[in-house]
Amino acid sequence: MERVLTTLGHNEPDRVPQFLLLTMHGAKELGMSIKDYFSKGENVVEGQLRLQKKYRNDCFYAFFYAPLEIEAFGGEVIYSEDGPPNTGLPFIQNIEKILELEPPKISESKMLHKVLFAIEKLKKKAKSEIPIIGVAMSPFSLPIMQMGFEKYLEIMHYRKDLFDHLMHVNMEFCVEWSNAQLAAGATAICYFDPVSSSTIIPRELYLETGFRIAQQTLSRLNGPTATHFASGNCLPIADLVPQTGTAVVGISSMEDLSKLKKAYKNKLTLLGNLNGIEMRRWTTEEATENVRKVIEIAAPGGGFILSDNHGEIPFQVSDEVLMAVSEAVHTHGVYEETVG
Amino acid sequence: MMENIKFYCDELERSLLLLDKEAAEKLLMEASGKGSAIEIASKIITATLKKIGDDWEDGSVALSQVYMSGIICEELIDKILPPQSPVRIHQPKMAIGVFEDYHLLGKRIVYSSLRASGFELTDLGGGLSIDKLVETIKKEQIRIMLLSVLMLPSALHIKELKEKLKDVDVKILVGGAPFRFDAELWKEVGADGFGKDSSEAIQMVTKLVEEMG
Repeated sequence: MERVLTTLGHNEPDRVPQFLLLTMHGAKELGMSIKDYFSKGENVVEGQLRLQKKYRNDCFYAFFYAPLEIEAFGGEVIYSEDGPPNTGLPFIQNIEKILELEPPKISESKMLHKVLFAIEKLKKKAKSEIPIIGVAMSPFSLPIMQMGFEKYLEIMHYRKDLFDHLMHVNMEFCVEWSNAQLAAGATAICYFDPVSSSTIIPRELYLETGFRIAQQTLSRLNGPTATHFASGNCLPIADLVPQTGTAVVGISSMEDLSKLKKAYKNKLTLLGNLNGIEMRRWTTEEATENVRKVIEIAAPGGGFILSDNHGEIPFQVSDEVLMAVSEAVHTHGVYEETVG
Repeated sequence: MMENIKFYCDELERSLLLLDKEAAEKLLMEASGKGSAIEIASKIITATLKKIGDDWEDGSVALSQVYMSGIICEELIDKILPPQSPVRIHQPKMAIGVFEDYHLLGKRIVYSSLRASGFELTDLGGGLSIDKLVETIKKEQIRIMLLSVLMLPSALHIKELKEKLKDVDVKILVGGAPFRFDAELWKEVGADGFGKDSSEAIQMVTKLVEEMG
């Protein structure tokens, strides 16, 4: 925990903290299917404990899968044998129905309860030594799964009444869901907001929408947050993201790491930016070299946590590569010896 | 040959980025009095959409702007070059769809851009399984199949699709986030081509259509 807090304070800890954001690999550890694994909170607790120990990870990741919140809204989730559960057809097909939408009650969702159960159990194991990362979709990005991108862009541009109502519903849900995770023992919330990334919307639109919504939402959370753009770019909004009240920003491998380091220096801690898709076919040597390069650029001065660039490492990434990443962080990430 | 193409491209780009459909329509109607529909499609609309796509690649334009530009242009081209126009008819059968999931935006952008560039193609929608695709491609005798994916497992499953289509005369062109983040992936799954954005998709399709005669 101290290692993470030190880097968040923009000082150099003993070693670069390593957040391998592993979800489905827990199923592999337990020798079960992804669907079975996520069917019980106990499985995720056991999976996270094993993964943390195996890779000497500096956090527990209480993320199950992205459409979990959609399930709470009554939407469909499709399981896959070799990938994360995905949303089915968006449950909002007629945009006029948005006005009837209400935030789901956390007490009524079995899936959300499984997550809270897992966080409580992990908290008992972690005590205050290892941070537990909870996850919430931003009110501004959740509509991609609720209604699909096209309809969402349509209401964003042409139906402000529907957009405002949807944001209100989603914000109430996001605040309640995030605070429930914090109350259960999560140390911080990873606020996933890919639509706010400069890959998806222009800066001007972000200022009017995602930025304002993040400010309002994060100010109501009872704990710290990391904002993750899930592989999206965030350099053009580097002056704005810190003003949302977040402490960490998840960065993409598509943007220049040196420029990101400079732009966010002493403002936000960078979380990233290993390319999870490419990682699938890295050799262990490439893994080591890629970690070394990232640390060389982003670690000096603190304010850096090594992670992937998407917030979830693909199921296809081998244990050998993950082990090589971990070894490299423990070798090249020691500040007094190698960094700087 | 039309004059002032640069003027029309610049003005169209400005109108599209401001989502000003009226201004874009007025401009294209003015241009249509000075050149053929095909000239407008290829030299003004396609070129402008390409510029906007390139600007997305370098980070100066966002995906929402690429999408809205494509939608506006698709609507406008239908007025200048209607779907039943003879110049659209002599093309190999083409279709587009989202493989295995329902993240439809990328597919919609490419679909709009291709139609705005004068191509006609069938939109097969999302959630397409391997079996469904094999059946449709064979039944409809599709020669060019564009597939969009968002999830890595879906991208990897294209290898199985290609295997099942090995005796069928169809080219599989792919696009989507996993292929953008791993430049080698499209070759690994055996696709016939990869377009990192809609302008590359247009280039690939244009080349294939020429080759197929």
